[in-house]
Amino acid sequence: MTGDTKAIKDHAALADAFNADEPRVNWHDETLWFIRQKRDKAAHTIPDWEQLRETASRIKHNVLSNLHDYLLQFESNAKANGIIVHWAADAAEHNQIVHAILQKHKVDRIVKSKSMLTEECHLNDYLAENGIEVIDTDLGERIVQLAKEPPSHIVLPCIHKKKEEIGDLFHEHLGTPAGMADPQVLTEAARQHLRETFLTRRAALTGVNFAIAETGEFVICTNEGNADMGAHLADVHIACMGIEKLIPKREHLGVFLRLLARSATGQPITTYSSHFKKPREGHELHLVLVDNGRSTQLGRENFRNSLKCIRCGACMNTCPVYRRSGGHSYHTAVAGPIGSILAPNLDMKKNADLPFASTLCGSCSNVCPVKIDIHDQLYKWRQVIVKEGYADKKKRLGMKAMTQAFASPTTFQLAGKAGRWFMRNVPFVVNNNLNPWYKQREMPAPPKESFGEWYQKNRKKTDE
Amino acid sequence: MSSRDSILAAVARNQPELLPLQEVPSFASEEANLGEKFSTVAVSIGSKVFRVQSIEEAKQILLKEHSGARRVISVFPEFADVAEASPVSDTDPHTLADVDLAVLPAQLGVAENAALWVTDAQLPLRVLPFICQNLALVVPQQNIIPLMHHAYDVIGAQEYGFGTFIAGPSKTADIEQSLVLGAHGARTLSVFILV
Amino acid sequence: MTVSLFIPCYVDQFYPNAAIATLELLEKLGVKVVYPSRQTCCGQPMANSGFEHLTMESNNQFIENFREFDYIVAPSGSCVLHMKDHLHSGKYPNESESVRQKVYELTEFLTDVLKVNSLKARFPHKVGLHQSCHGQRGLKLASMSELVAPAFSKPEQLLSMVEGLELIELTRKDECCGFGGTFCVAEEAVSVKMGKDRVMDHLQHDAEVITGSDMSCLMHMEGILRRKKSNVRVMHIAEILNAQEL
Repeated sequence: MTGDTKAIKDHAALADAFNADEPRVNWHDETLWFIRQKRDKAAHTIPDWEQLRETASRIKHNVLSNLHDYLLQFESNAKANGIIVHWAADAAEHNQIVHAILQKHKVDRIVKSKSMLTEECHLNDYLAENGIEVIDTDLGERIVQLAKEPPSHIVLPCIHKKKEEIGDLFHEHLGTPAGMADPQVLTEAARQHLRETFLTRRAALTGVNFAIAETGEFVICTNEGNADMGAHLADVHIACMGIEKLIPKREHLGVFLRLLARSATGQPITTYSSHFKKPREGHELHLVLVDNGRSTQLGRENFRNSLKCIRCGACMNTCPVYRRSGGHSYHTAVAGPIGSILAPNLDMKKNADLPFASTLCGSCSNVCPVKIDIHDQLYKWRQVIVKEGYADKKKRLGMKAMTQAFASPTTFQLAGKAGRWFMRNVPFVVNNNLNPWYKQREMPAPPKESFGEWYQKNRKKTDE
Repeated sequence: MSSRDSILAAVARNQPELLPLQEVPSFASEEANLGEKFSTVAVSIGSKVFRVQSIEEAKQILLKEHSGARRVISVFPEFADVAEASPVSDTDPHTLADVDLAVLPAQLGVAENAALWVTDAQLPLRVLPFICQNLALVVPQQNIIPLMHHAYDVIGAQEYGFGTFIAGPSKTADIEQSLVLGAHGARTLSVFILV
Repeated sequence: MTVSLFIPCYVDQFYPNAAIATLELLEKLGVKVVYPSRQTCCGQPMANSGFEHLTMESNNQFIENFREFDYIVAPSGSCVLHMKDHLHSGKYPNESESVRQKVYELTEFLTDVLKVNSLKARFPHKVGLHQSCHGQRGLKLASMSELVAPAFSKPEQLLSMVEGLELIELTRKDECCGFGGTFCVAEEAVSVKMGKDRVMDHLQHDAEVITGSDMSCLMHMEGILRRKKSNVRVMHIAEILNAQEL
């Protein structure tokens, strides 16, 4: 697949490496399939589920078509509530804004709850380079932070890690007994360790799940309570959000909060759905609105619907490729099907492989709570990537040759013994041992005659 | 041009033609017994549920359930002999780090997900229901409504600085999808349905 | 009623029996069937690889081959879906529209157009049905496990008319097999793993035969079965619906 783009990370190669350990692939697949099943069960408790998805989708379509005005409305209401609003055109500006707020308050250690946006902007690295220590407080994020890895899933950051590996990390960093791998004990150790951290950090950074134009408030959903622990104990709360997270009215939360957790984990709702409208008396509440390519994506007619995403992760859990290749094989902050339609907008060359990391089975579009046509967009990104010249040269030539060969019915039919032409011309059956088809699969056995030949002999005369 | 203006200009340029905002259809629940539905869901997400006639009854249950609790905070006058009254709003939230039990009222409960709505009208300090080791919330039975849509109908344009739905104890399943109660917030949630 | 047969290129070349069974089955049901002989490939492998712009010639060929017929029927959900979604032609704009409307996958043609409610078929075996994604989720040949909607399945409806056939239950009813066109070689590792897992689900439930309405998925699974030296066979659904085994 890589050909002329060897230096760039490639999904197929990373997936191949992931598949070297088959029992682990089985474990990863089963774990995520279990979550998909929980999601199914939760969805089936709501007879109106499909109508709920449709409603959410329509609200989001309205948001995208009126985003300019909603942003202004939100800004003015948030300011009236006492929230300090910032605008960041890109990741770099986002990081600078956050850094400047921390500098102003002379803070060099912060707590952070889950925010895929800050992953996208590589905020932790930036702050570390500027001498600011960030402690991720979501348990899964803390685990991958200790392991010096990025999250492999937007909702379940360390879903790729086995409890024994987490036990080893905690033994090294938090002093749990060697060999201890009981989730209960490990979670308790993290609770103790992070409680101390919450109590000693003066600034907290959080993401945002929904921001409401009508009221200027924003909502953060967690199960652990870490966003609230951070925000309510710190002097300064900085919340970072992509501009697409807006929804028009507070009542729309009724729709989205019914869908979010059920789609994500099969829970009826997250433990905490916290609505932040005003800062705590005498404290600062900052909100950073980030574009970072979103306004460009908004202009891509075929791909703008990807901005409807509410980051539930259901498309990853259901994706048969994600489950068998792992989140890191997508080499981007947001993995899986949704990541594969978002990432090419940010960097088409670097992410040219991702829309091809799919069989287009369509399960992602079916589980999506806001009905993003994910698999259709994957198909459309493939067309764009090829047209923009990011397709591998060998593949380009192969496709041209195949097209030409097919163009002539006569060549196709006169190729001689059935299958022979195919073996020569169609990439997935090329008959040699170097062919990836043959590595773990037998070739189809060519029959005595093709259907066309059979038809000539057995039916043609009666037609005429 | 400032980033604000350039982002807004790009959005205006690139957003599609206006698609009207439609009314949210009126979703209904066929659930006949809301209290029962609420309790079933609450238990399934790790809460304990008690039906009580009075705050006094709730107090007796809590004293038994959390007999080891040293520091208790409650806004209910019935708890005056065993608990601190609610702290004043300019209290340093860090001083609540050793609260063992907080007992607070909730405005409403949602039957479909067992979430309870509290705002700073019920919370002397925002951090209280998160930092306490154990949390108890009291909700009148008549304030249990079927679905989230109904919850927001009731909340309407309510004014608050902070409000939150709390559904069960703090939890995580980040380690191999094993559910563990008591991540960073309260380890237990006791819900008292006041009938 | 004259039906034209659209036989996918790889079926023509590797699985003529699936095509013959399709032809014979339709004839048995009283349909006049014609096979336009100048057909090659519908262009799906190119289009799914991002080269849809190279399929203009194959689209025109397709229209020239099939425009005159009332119905176009193919024993492949995937190729039919591709035609329904992506058959465009600058040369024949109106005809491309009408051809898109006339293309049917075999099982939906049997249940929806011919309204078949009985078959003279006998196949006394344990059969596992592989729901191909493009047929199921694309053409909606069966209800999908992700959606909250009434259950139905056009292929199962037909298989239930076959005497002696025992349809096995699968643990994952509608998971993708991992063929995916050029995905099967471009992402060899994941493709094979998906295929192995699908095959294992059928084997664990004692399938003797794996069937489906897409020969491409079956070709992939057959490749895995044969490498394992398994005795389990793959058969296109047309071959079973046309079977007269004793």
